[in-house]
Amino acid sequence: MLSYTIRRLLSVIPVMLVVSIIVFLLVHLTPGNPAFIILGEDASPEAIAQLEKQLGLNEPLYIQFFDWIKQVMTGDLGTSVYSAQPVTELIFGNFGPTISLMVLSLLFILVISIPLAILIVSLRKTILDPLFTNASLLGVSIPEFWLAILLVLVFGVTFPIFPVAGYMPLAEGFGPWIYHLLLPAFVLALVEIGIIARMLRDSMLDSVNQDYTKTARAKGVRERDVLMKHVFSNALIPTTTVLGATVAGLLGGTVIIETLFTIPGIGQLLIDSIHRRDYPVIQGVVLFIAAIYVLVNLIVDLLYAFLDPRIRYD
Amino acid sequence: MLEVNNLHVHLDTPAGLVKAVDGVSFRLEAGQTIGIVGESGSGKSVLAHSLTKLNPEPPATYPKGEILFEGENILTMDKKRLRNLRGKEIAMIFQDPMSSLNPVFRIGRQLMEAIQTHQKLPKKEARQKAIELLIDVGIPDPERRMQDYPHQFSGGMRQRVLIAIALAARPKLLIADEPTTALDVTIQAQIIELLKSIQKKYGTSIIMITHDLGVVANLADRILVMYAGKIVESGSTADIFYDTAMPYTWSLLRSIPRLDAGASERLLHIEGHPPNLIHPPKGCNFHPRCPFARDACLQTDPPLAERGTNHMAACILTKPEFDKEKRAVAERKGVLLS
Repeated sequence: MLSYTIRRLLSVIPVMLVVSIIVFLLVHLTPGNPAFIILGEDASPEAIAQLEKQLGLNEPLYIQFFDWIKQVMTGDLGTSVYSAQPVTELIFGNFGPTISLMVLSLLFILVISIPLAILIVSLRKTILDPLFTNASLLGVSIPEFWLAILLVLVFGVTFPIFPVAGYMPLAEGFGPWIYHLLLPAFVLALVEIGIIARMLRDSMLDSVNQDYTKTARAKGVRERDVLMKHVFSNALIPTTTVLGATVAGLLGGTVIIETLFTIPGIGQLLIDSIHRRDYPVIQGVVLFIAAIYVLVNLIVDLLYAFLDPRIRYD
Repeated sequence: MLEVNNLHVHLDTPAGLVKAVDGVSFRLEAGQTIGIVGESGSGKSVLAHSLTKLNPEPPATYPKGEILFEGENILTMDKKRLRNLRGKEIAMIFQDPMSSLNPVFRIGRQLMEAIQTHQKLPKKEARQKAIELLIDVGIPDPERRMQDYPHQFSGGMRQRVLIAIALAARPKLLIADEPTTALDVTIQAQIIELLKSIQKKYGTSIIMITHDLGVVANLADRILVMYAGKIVESGSTADIFYDTAMPYTWSLLRSIPRLDAGASERLLHIEGHPPNLIHPPKGCNFHPRCPFARDACLQTDPPLAERGTNHMAACILTKPEFDKEKRAVAERKGVLLS
């Protein structure tokens, strides 16, 4: 297990290298010029050329790339051309709200979708099951931003129960923190709840008539225990794969949700930086998101070995 | 001990209503072993599962008949009583040992679950009992194997574990649904021997479901032959093998390879397929495939009739007629007569 973990961690390096090339190219091939944006429309061509030289933008792309990657290797993601703050500092400064949003969202997903799937499976012979199947399809089909706006209207404006925007750090107290996060975290979770509950339901139904559940019933085990122990523990294996992708998907979802609810997180930092053509920040944030993505997948793979004894990595 | 009276089991499938078990009756005395023999699709597995109501419902329904276990009707039992019966009074082992154990739980846990479902025992004692069960079914190094997962066992060893699970609460009746079908021939023999020794040691009654007459030949006291959801012949093992009274049974016996057959003798294969149970044929269910079928077989479905002491068969042919036909077919097809 340990050697597998180490091998997997090492394999992260080439993945990150490819990601960094793609990120760099994407950013530099998009139209727009940071020098132009920083100096404003009235700037003279000489001033722009001067600033470009200062930022190293007049060098050939590959030189710029190697300069950047050399920095990254030392843990330095560069400095923002807009605010002159180090990129790592910006990322960590904005990470708190994002991770809060993600963790709370994940909590919503687990706490709602697992009991929901179990309930649906135990009532699989009733009308509830086809009802749920259609509802989950609806849930998956609803665009996040539309739902977010709708919920803000209902729970923030019509019935002003929750704040419509803003964020309070945990340091200000648990109450204000969770109060500001509940609505955005729920919106972020809703689509994924549909996916996870549906996946878990399908896997459980798949397992319900397997031979080993027949053995359990033939032992005289009560149906509730057959479902909760035998069926659930097997259905968890395929669901974990999807859960891994979900966590990664949440990270993408935060970009939209943070913008809508004006939460000063990584997503908003990214959007602002794109508007400002702040190359180092864009590159740094995307690289950071990719690293988290890879890390989550590694954790899922390690979880597998824990959930399924047939998988042994060494 | 067990009495099945006019049992009907229907499966409500999208294609139509399947009469999987169609009016089956039989009795099993304590300590007896019955073999239920038939092709795939004859309804024998559905019958076996019915005995503890293990058929998934839907699609299964039990429109008619009763299953009396020590005088109590299993079909009308409440859930709690039924759970108490399963495993404790009637235990079951299944066809595929590879998939019948939960892949994510250790063997020890699955065994202890079987023990503790019916007996309030502290963990330590249940563990000790589980180890004894593993010794009983011939698993070497049981203490260490308790910690292993199913995939670490071979097919034969898994079937032994499943037998140990079935024996956990000392059931009075053990139903074995094709327990050797998925195993190698040498392993098959070991499992049969194990079942025999269990029966001898604990006096457990056994119902052995199989498509292989060879499997029940030296295990069963009585044999029931099933075809298209019905019992078509029942009798002592000797009756079935040496005084066959139903063409289907005879054809089945002729289709088993035998070492004492000469090189010129051929195997009989039964033409065609088992009938569609949604639209069964008119008259006798077996007539489309019967080498002796005559016009009358298309019209009447013969009931089970007495052919000797405790020997019943469902065929319109009388014994002399049947003997004459057998000789003719055996000669023509070059198969052994008996």
